[in-house]
Amino acid sequence: MTFEQIVFYSLAVVTIFSSIMVVVQRNPVNSALYLILDFFCLGGLYLTLNAQFIAIVHILVYAGAIMVLFVFVIMLLNLGDTHKLADRLNMKKIIGIAFGLAFFVELLYLLGFGTTRSISQQSPAAPEIGTIEYIGKVLFTKFLFPFEVTSFLLLAAIIGAVILAKKKIIH
Amino acid sequence: MDTISILEPLLKILFIIFVALLPAVAYGVLAERKISAFIQNRLGPNRVGPWGLLQPLADIPKLFFKEDIVPAAANKFIHSLAPLISITIAFSTFAVIPFGDTITFSIGDSSYTTKLQIADVNIGFLYILALSSLAVYGITLSGWSSNNKYSLLGGLRSTAQMISYELSMGLSLIGVVMLSSSLQLDDIVAAQGGYWLGFIPKWNAIPQFLGFVIFVVAMFAETNRLPFDLPEAEPELVAGYHTEYTGMKFGIFMLSEYIAMITASALIATLYLGGWQAPYLEHLGLSPFLMSVAQMAAFVVKVFAIVIFFMVVRWTVPRFRYDQLMSIGWKVLLPLALVNILLTGLFVILYH
Repeated sequence: MTFEQIVFYSLAVVTIFSSIMVVVQRNPVNSALYLILDFFCLGGLYLTLNAQFIAIVHILVYAGAIMVLFVFVIMLLNLGDTHKLADRLNMKKIIGIAFGLAFFVELLYLLGFGTTRSISQQSPAAPEIGTIEYIGKVLFTKFLFPFEVTSFLLLAAIIGAVILAKKKIIH
Repeated sequence: MDTISILEPLLKILFIIFVALLPAVAYGVLAERKISAFIQNRLGPNRVGPWGLLQPLADIPKLFFKEDIVPAAANKFIHSLAPLISITIAFSTFAVIPFGDTITFSIGDSSYTTKLQIADVNIGFLYILALSSLAVYGITLSGWSSNNKYSLLGGLRSTAQMISYELSMGLSLIGVVMLSSSLQLDDIVAAQGGYWLGFIPKWNAIPQFLGFVIFVVAMFAETNRLPFDLPEAEPELVAGYHTEYTGMKFGIFMLSEYIAMITASALIATLYLGGWQAPYLEHLGLSPFLMSVAQMAAFVVKVFAIVIFFMVVRWTVPRFRYDQLMSIGWKVLLPLALVNILLTGLFVILYH
């Protein structure tokens, strides 16, 4: 095994383990912590693919910002007895199981029949594509329009959040 | 991956942790007590060794041998995990800080050149932002897992505080990135060499003065130092997030607070005060090896000057109220940081 392979397999094992623990754990804080661990390992996996920018942004945004808010909210809610949270078989569960099965079949297909279109092979240009310079250049030239549209979407979301949080003015 | 490429960063890491950071923390605590004593017209610790210089050697074993108490209703695993998260993140930031230029060791005929930086990554800037946003977890989790009202309040305060000040911190740094057009800390330092008008060192703190002030204030908040130490405000919250910690677990929090402070100082020095660049040093005509050592020394001097500034501020400025803290962060620093970006952008367009 090469060094890269050792890194990949150890990250992959921890990723899968923590993903399972996110779903299995009863305590919501533990679930959130496993999700953070999961994000870290995913960041590491991106790094092995030379996608430095995505790796660091993944950790910065997901582990550093979004999960902090999740943990914050879970702590404030103080859910207490976690057994009450378990719900019986309902639509949510049925849809969840259906999606899970569909995804599993897709994975099996990829692993079993898709070997000719190997997903693990890197294109030769890979090393520079992941750098922040390249992404910046492409983002502000080729993908400028989607980029600007996304920024409008975010602006709309911010204004919406301000309006929701604002005190009602009584006339 | 050959042996040397694994061994070299490992040696640098060991050097940074055991030769630089840990002794700096041990004596940083003593310096803090001495400085507070000086400001309050006291003598400070003076029993162990001459002028109390061996005080750290007495304090550290004390922390190790104290009983480790975990509250009965605490979440034991997370209670033990939280200090480790704090310390890991405090140490990790140093990985991308350049503490000197390249250095060449020559033993006999063979010579070996290495960069005085653990990892020269081209996302160094984002790495720092990512780690500073992760630093919240140690405090928040310790506050929650202790199952104590004061701890929880401290943890929640720190989350809100750090999220608020991270924004101003990140935005104030954009100016530096615009000036040096790189996210690599090494390039940022290299861009600060040379002089304006032949004698003013080209440090970022001069053209980026506004950003510099914002960044320093945000760093005080990020490291939970006074005037922003609301997570542990002792008159209100007993000791805040580490109320329920004893012995070495408390010691680890203390350690990570001081390492975070040293790291913050190193960042301020690197990004705004020229890093290892020492003005007028090239006129001395030193040999390349001595030059590298002198540059390292310049970096250390800068870092310690800022650390002492941190300490003096702690003992002279009163703590902010919570609403004041929030309004400074969101209504003063954030708009100023945005203005700084606009001004820098204008400057860059006009003069380049």
